[in-house]
Amino acid sequence: MKKVSYLQNNRIKKKFSKLRTDKEKGLICYVMGGYPDPITSEKIISSIVDGGADIIEIGIPFSDPIADGPIIQEASFKALQKGVNPDICLNLIKKIRNRYPDLPILIMTYSNILQKKGFEKFMRMAKGAGIDGFILPDMTIEESAEYLEYSKKLELATVFLVAPNTSDFRIRKTLEVSTGFVYVVSVYGTTGIRNSFSNYTLTAIRNIKRISANRNNISVGFGISTPHQIKIMSKYGADAVIVGSAIIEMINRHKDDNIHILGNKLKNYVSSLKDACKSK
Amino acid sequence: MFLQREITMTKLQEFPIEGKYGKYGGKFIPETLVPAITELENAYKKIRNCSDFKKELCYYLQHYAGRPTPLYFAKNLTDYVGGAKIFLKREDLLHGGAHKTNNCLGQCLLAKKMGKKRIIAETGAGQHGVGTAMAAAVFGLKAEIYMGSIDIERQKLNLFRMELLGAKVHPVNSGTKTLKDAINEALRDWITNVKETYYLIGSVVGPHPYPMIVRDFQSVIGKEIKSQVKNITPRSPHALVCCVGGGSNAMGTFYPFLDNENVSLYGVEAGGLGIRSGKHSATLNAGSEGILHGMRTYLLQDEFGQINDTHSISAGLD
Ligand SMILES: Cc1ncc(COP(=O)(O)O)c(C=O)c1O
Repeated sequence: MKKVSYLQNNRIKKKFSKLRTDKEKGLICYVMGGYPDPITSEKIISSIVDGGADIIEIGIPFSDPIADGPIIQEASFKALQKGVNPDICLNLIKKIRNRYPDLPILIMTYSNILQKKGFEKFMRMAKGAGIDGFILPDMTIEESAEYLEYSKKLELATVFLVAPNTSDFRIRKTLEVSTGFVYVVSVYGTTGIRNSFSNYTLTAIRNIKRISANRNNISVGFGISTPHQIKIMSKYGADAVIVGSAIIEMINRHKDDNIHILGNKLKNYVSSLKDACKSK
Repeated sequence: MFLQREITMTKLQEFPIEGKYGKYGGKFIPETLVPAITELENAYKKIRNCSDFKKELCYYLQHYAGRPTPLYFAKNLTDYVGGAKIFLKREDLLHGGAHKTNNCLGQCLLAKKMGKKRIIAETGAGQHGVGTAMAAAVFGLKAEIYMGSIDIERQKLNLFRMELLGAKVHPVNSGTKTLKDAINEALRDWITNVKETYYLIGSVVGPHPYPMIVRDFQSVIGKEIKSQVKNITPRSPHALVCCVGGGSNAMGTFYPFLDNENVSLYGVEAGGLGIRSGKHSATLNAGSEGILHGMRTYLLQDEFGQINDTHSISAGLD
């Protein structure tokens, strides 16, 4: 592993090693930071971690989320309307970090959130809050020089995405600069719940697995919501799966219930997903 | 109220390989779009200097769209203002009613050569939507246009024209329900239907190679001005003044004059209710550096990087 060497002590790396030893797949859960409000958001994350999530992605809402479908778009929009900003999200991350010292936490957001503050400054602040890496769906490898430089300096993982139509040549280049894991976008489209997946998705996972030859942790996301889907993704080579919109939808469905009911629902749901990660 | 500031474009360097203009431009896009952008870049590189393509485009610009457009001496306005001799480049007389047709014909012809059957586009005021619908119709392509629902209310007539020309218009209800969200929605469509779809961007915005392509197709304006001015006076114009929304009519006008130091170039942004009011569209004058819609550029945004809504009494400049 040539480029990932700087991440010796990174929690993401440790987590994937442990998953390998335990012969389990990883469950990565996405939540929108500060949604539906900062206090509930903190409780939501706890329920998800207690349910068995291995890695947490915290979204920082952005006004123009082009890679997101209606569910996450609406969550960003509402969070912003309520005044959620990156500072509030970093504060939330600090609290989660204190409660779960070993939990791998990534920020998922769009490049402009980093650009506005300055990549270095923002990444330093985020590192200080306790994150382990970034996922930026609009960051291409061509534009990533500055981002890579500071990630390396700060020992943060750089999770790049590959899509079903990414060429083998480009997959190789992307794998070289991806640290922590590589994010395989399962479908042509934006985030959002899918009832089923086409063959091209499975072909893409297999292909990336083949090119990576076990040098990278392969996480598959976009559209996944059921234990059955997790088993399929695992069978075709995913080391971890990412679930996002389904969690937000569950939050929306229980928005009028009290937090304990929501917390229990989430915990049970996440634990059913994690069970699927453990089965052969 | 208008704001003016000289744009020193002569200093901008073009690096066509990366699509960077100084530190601006570039490509900040979801990975799914990278193959599409690369395909477009390669196709355009191959075709841009191909004489058959140029001839065919020239034919449509002349016979379908009505080029060249007049360079009209606005005598009354000149007398009224009492300073410079003012000429108007009458892009409003182009078929469709705006310079947008130049770019739409160019890109639709390119799309056709690339074998694409479906065109998508965003539109604010509706002019680019009308241009797209017209150009798609003439080349037998299917057009679907994204338009903010607030813009649809303001510009009902253009909605009607697009539909009359056979385009399907999708109202956009996300975010601010205006142009920037129409672009977001068009990008999401493109991510979903990337193989068969051509995204026809309407201004010098978006990821590389779009700003370059739009600039090239709009340069016909500046080139015509250059030769029309020669019939009037042996010297070059003192100044060119263009309104700047996304910047396509300005770039198309300025580009052929960039290497002429005697010509001052003025881009005029919509001042709205005044810069201090925050309700304006003066991204270059009052914005800050940011990343949006695939490029690094100047944006109106808050301290955290959330994009602000723009404002102008002129739909099309906001
Ligand atoms: C007539 C007209 N002029 C100018 C503009 C602004 O665009 P640009 O700056 O790309 O020329 C528009 C946009 O809709 C327009 O319709």
